[in-house]
Amino acid sequence: MIKHTHLRATRYCCAAITACMFFTSCSTVKEYQKNKINDAEMTLGNRKVEKTELSFQGYREGASGANAGKTGGGCGCN
Amino acid sequence: MKRILLTAASLLAMITSFAQQDSTGYKSRKLKVEEINLVSSYYRQDGNNAAVTGGIGSQKLTDIANVIDIKLTRYDKKLRKHTFGGELGIDTYTSASSDKVDLKANSSASSGDLRIYPALSWSMENETKGSTIGAGLSSSTEYDYQSFGANLSYAQKTKNKMGEITLRVQAYLDQLTLINPVELRTGSNGEDDENYGSASRNTFSGSLSYSQIVNKKLQVLFSAEAVQQQGYLSLPFHRVYYQDGTVHQENLPDTRFKIPLGFRASFFASDKIIIKGYYRYYTDDWGLHSNTANIEVPIKLTPFISVSPFYRYYNQTAIKYFAPYKQHTAQNIYHTSNYDLSEFSSNFFGAGVRLAPPKGVFGKKHVSMIELRYGHYTKNIQMNADIVSMNLKFK
Repeated sequence: MIKHTHLRATRYCCAAITACMFFTSCSTVKEYQKNKINDAEMTLGNRKVEKTELSFQGYREGASGANAGKTGGGCGCN
Repeated sequence: MKRILLTAASLLAMITSFAQQDSTGYKSRKLKVEEINLVSSYYRQDGNNAAVTGGIGSQKLTDIANVIDIKLTRYDKKLRKHTFGGELGIDTYTSASSDKVDLKANSSASSGDLRIYPALSWSMENETKGSTIGAGLSSSTEYDYQSFGANLSYAQKTKNKMGEITLRVQAYLDQLTLINPVELRTGSNGEDDENYGSASRNTFSGSLSYSQIVNKKLQVLFSAEAVQQQGYLSLPFHRVYYQDGTVHQENLPDTRFKIPLGFRASFFASDKIIIKGYYRYYTDDWGLHSNTANIEVPIKLTPFISVSPFYRYYNQTAIKYFAPYKQHTAQNIYHTSNYDLSEFSSNFFGAGVRLAPPKGVFGKKHVSMIELRYGHYTKNIQMNADIVSMNLKFK
């Protein structure tokens, strides 16, 4: 039990340190420097062509949500 | 059918009213069509663990989905950008297991059913303040299921416009028809009586996401969501067979609380290669925990043509109330033999091709982009599926 708690605490610490490293390493990117960031392939959301994939994954799997498919509504789910 | 026609007519009227505004106002405030997308998909699956027949039996299913959406924009007097969206989706599906609700092959209405799902959205972006507010309405109608959804969102960019925090609340109010398996229909609701009862299922969710541009080549997004479902969360036509051979209906608790946490990153690795990653951890109070990891690597063959291979791994534990065919006993108050809620892992892989030539696809100026994508999906519980999708973008 103690080992499990320690493991979890270590994981959270690692995640927090990684997040801190991430944000402190952020450099300001000017608008004219965003050609790569603004590339259509760089989008952080789901693309329209993935719409049906996300639907079937939502039906065939128990998990959903967090930026990958909707969390409820609209399916008799056969 | 009447409901479908009314929904389509309302959507058309809304789009027409937007178009009429086009002739008024000066140029900077003119309503213009930003883009129109047509997404078509063909999906097929096969397996041998249908929930309708208690965890055994064919899961053969095909689905043809067509979705059209339109995005319009205009600026108001204060130069805030308004974006209006309209969407209409129609799914036509056939399902072998749905026939077994009545145990008469090819006799149930659901064996070849239609799902129609319109949606409307609006957002207003204040480019000076870096804030965006939005709202949306949606519905979904099929033979035995009606859903209405609404959402509100607020997004705020950081001062240096490198980060953005988004808050969103959503609600889905669903109504399902209680179509019992034929052998469990009693009294006035007998075998040929189609006066079924109905039950409600409501979903409320709140999500918080934060996206950050790390440098010229890397951006990331964190997302956390809390989802509360309540009401009739079983499906009435899902059978459960006890060890003694008796048949019962699926019975699940009337509340479910879910927490999905997600992380995304997009990295422009070289002039031609982009690496996109996604990870999600999910847990709920039914005892289901899952991990999802996805990687996609778009390769730019030319500035306008790219090929994107992808791979997705997913695993989940079973919910507390799952047991296979003839494993449940009368001691289990809650029970299901739905293998979508069992323990399994799945692999999904495939590739997409995207063409966006500056002179239009196949020389057609208004067809600005075409994307084709194929994926093969397998579960380690003998279920597999294939999906092919196409997105055509008009500008």
